[in-house]
Formats: sequence, C-alpha cells, structure tokens
Amino acid sequence: MSDVIDIEAIKLSNAQIAWRAAQDIEDGAYVNLGIGFPEMVAKFQPKGKQAIFHTENGVLDFGEAPAKGEEDWDCINAGKKAITIKPGTAFFHHADSFAMVRGGHLDVAILGAYQVAQNGDLANWSTGKGGVPAVGGAMDLVHGAKRVAVLTDHCTKKGEPKLLAACTMPLTGVGCVTRIYTSLAVVDVVDGGFVLREKIPAITLEALQAVTGAPLGTEGPVGELICPEELK
Amino acid sequence: MDKRLTSPAEAVAGIKDGAVVMIGGFGGSGAPIELIHALIDQGAKDLTVINNNAGNGHVGIAALIEQKRVAKMICSFPRSADPVVFTEAYLAGQIELELVPQGTLAERIRAGGAGIPAFYTPTSFGTDLAKGKPVEVFEGRPYVQERWLKADFALIKAEAADPHGNLTYRMAARNFNPIMAMAATTTIVQASRIVPLGGIDPEQVVTPGIFVDHVVEVAKPAQEEELNRAGAVYP
Repeated sequence: MSDVIDIEAIKLSNAQIAWRAAQDIEDGAYVNLGIGFPEMVAKFQPKGKQAIFHTENGVLDFGEAPAKGEEDWDCINAGKKAITIKPGTAFFHHADSFAMVRGGHLDVAILGAYQVAQNGDLANWSTGKGGVPAVGGAMDLVHGAKRVAVLTDHCTKKGEPKLLAACTMPLTGVGCVTRIYTSLAVVDVVDGGFVLREKIPAITLEALQAVTGAPLGTEGPVGELICPEELK
Repeated sequence: MDKRLTSPAEAVAGIKDGAVVMIGGFGGSGAPIELIHALIDQGAKDLTVINNNAGNGHVGIAALIEQKRVAKMICSFPRSADPVVFTEAYLAGQIELELVPQGTLAERIRAGGAGIPAFYTPTSFGTDLAKGKPVEVFEGRPYVQERWLKADFALIKAEAADPHGNLTYRMAARNFNPIMAMAATTTIVQASRIVPLGGIDPEQVVTPGIFVDHVVEVAKPAQEEELNRAGAVYP
C-alpha cells in the first residue's frame, strides 16, 4: 500500500498558478489572456516587466476594470467585462485583431484547458457531450503566438489526469501547447513528450507521475515550484 | 449624393424574407439595437443572421430569434450572460447553427468584402470544425481552406457618419462593424451623429463611404448591456 497523498491539500491555488505564469512573461511582450482563470495573470506582472495585453474584440494595451457604476459598455474585453483605456491604448477591427493572432505578432497566448496531450494537442472548447457548442477565439489563439501556455489544475475534480497521452475530448488545436502551468508542476512539451521543469516540493516525482497520464521526462535537475503563500 | 434616411424603419424596409443579414457588434458593444428592433417591427423572417454571438437576454438579436425570424445563425460563440432564447430554440431544433472560429469568421467576412472567394488558415486544422474542408501544406505546415462570407444586408452601428457614408466608430464598438460594412450588397448604418461633409477629418475615417448605402441618425442609441441589466424585453 503506497502512501496516499492528499493532492487537494498541497496543490497550488489558481492565483498561485497565475502568479507563476506571470513570472515568465518578458518585458514588452504582447500577450493574450484567455477568458476566466488566465485573466488573473495580468495582476501578477513582476515589477519592471511591462506586458501589453491584447483582447480579441479589438483592443491593445487596455487599463484595469472601471469602478462599479463607471462602466462604458462600448469599452469591453473579450470576456465582455468592462475595461478602461489608458495612454497607449489602440482600437482596431476584428480582422486586424486576428491578423495579430494568426500572423505571429503575439508573443504569448495563455489559455485554460480540459486536457493537454504529450504532443501538445489541446482540448479546451467542448466536452463533446452535447448542448450548445461555442468556440469563440480559442482555435485561432492556439496558432500564431510564439508561446502557447496553458494554466490548469493538474487533475480534474474527480482526480483524473488532465495531462494525457492523447486527448479524448474534441481538439482545439494540434501540437500547439508549449508549456503547462499546473497546480503541481511546470511542464514543457518537447519533441512529442512532457518534460518536467518544476514541481512543488510537497510531492515526490513518483506521486506526480501517478497523477499524470503520460510519462514525465526530465532534462537536468527539476526546479522547486514555490509561489507566494499569501496567494494560497 | 446623400445617403441619409430619416428613420430606422425606412432603412430596413427593403429586407425580404430569407435574406442573409450581417449584424455588427460583439456582445452588446457595437450592436445596432435600433436597426434590429426596426427589423423585428418590419416582419422579415427565415433570416440567416451573421454575428459573433447569438443574442443576450430578450433584446436585439435575442429578440429577433424569440420572434422566430431567424432560421440560421452563423457565429463563433452562441453563449452569453443570458443565452436562454438561442439555447431553447437550438435544443428544440428550431434554428440552425453554423459554428465558426472567431478569427475565421472575421477573415471570411473580410474576404467577402475584398472579393477573395477562399483562403487558407491554420485555425481549426485537425479539429471537428475542419471536417470536410480541403487542407494544403504551405512551408511544411497544414492549413484549412475557408470560403468567403457575403450578405444581402449589413446592419452597422457607427459613432459619426457624413452624408456620403464615411464612418467613425466608438472604442471597442468597432469590432466586426467595418468588415461587415464591406461584405454586404446593401449596408445600412445607424450613427449616433450625422455630421456635414467635412465634419469627419479624412485622416480619421475608418469606413470609407463606398462601402455604405444608407445612414440614419440614432442619437443616444440604446446599449444592449444596459437594456439587459434593466430587464428589458422587445417588443
């Protein structure tokens, strides 16, 4: 009987995962943050590193959310939340916006995921279970950005791996993901396989492998994934 | 030349049953609510509507669907804060859905306006949304062929218009409006202000008047988000 690890107790919070992803964004990078969880990354930009954020509905370099009651509903992001303009903001139409995406002009796209495969396939738009299908900009965002990063819990709520040998849900893109920030680890996709870069100190390599659906390779030492405790 | 009309009702009078209608906007921003509501009053049905979304609440496109005027939606994201109207119609089999990735939707519309019948994009390669579409490899990478999208009418919301149909937009309300204005046989614009010729600095024109057929002034236009927060229902 192996030791049973309570993953829920040791895993990183969403804010901590977003914080870790923010540390990798270069100064001056053009970045698109997916709707929802990835939007948190904007809050954790390190001092001295200024990223410029892109939103699909035609705004670059927008400001923070306005105070309640101060919203101008002509000024929203792709999540349809109110934003503000600031010195440097640019507006443009939708075809130009996606030219920025597909044309290789974005440095980083950060997305959520249902499943990621070891070859970089991503499933994040449909569970394949029926209902009303909706894709939005997800299939465009996975092509063109120099780095396509995923933020995700390491496992589903039922404890099943989200990092897999092959996705079982409908794909958003083929071989598109370059790095995965999970609640337990930082994993790169290299030549069709997962390479473990960092893991939280509270989990062993064996235990991490047990909750990962494909082999975790290593290239040199595995770093310690340590995030600010106050974000827990 | 004077493209000005006096009312939204006059502007949409020529839209016939079965027409393909592009409607500008992304969610509520840039949605030409007064033109959509005039179209509901006018009565045309069996419409194919092209928009990023499929309506929110019970106004605008949602109201058009609720009044059973829409046979088919072409959109990328038929969900919203309150998507009940489209959801119920779709699950009941009363409305057809063509789901298109957002950037592909924008480029298909742009291609329609630019006279380009087809193009190749990396988007959707290897996914369910590429099924049945030709694939070609360029510089070692696979791309999916997509076709242009054109419409009989486009309903556009602008900030300022002049009598020739030169247009400016307001902030993120620009979104799909400039490309839809290019891609329709007849482009109908509601503008918050109509100014005299020369009232728009030529350097600031976003949509040149050649793409526009009719302009109608709607001062202080309704904002879909505000209507929905107030629980509005149309008609």
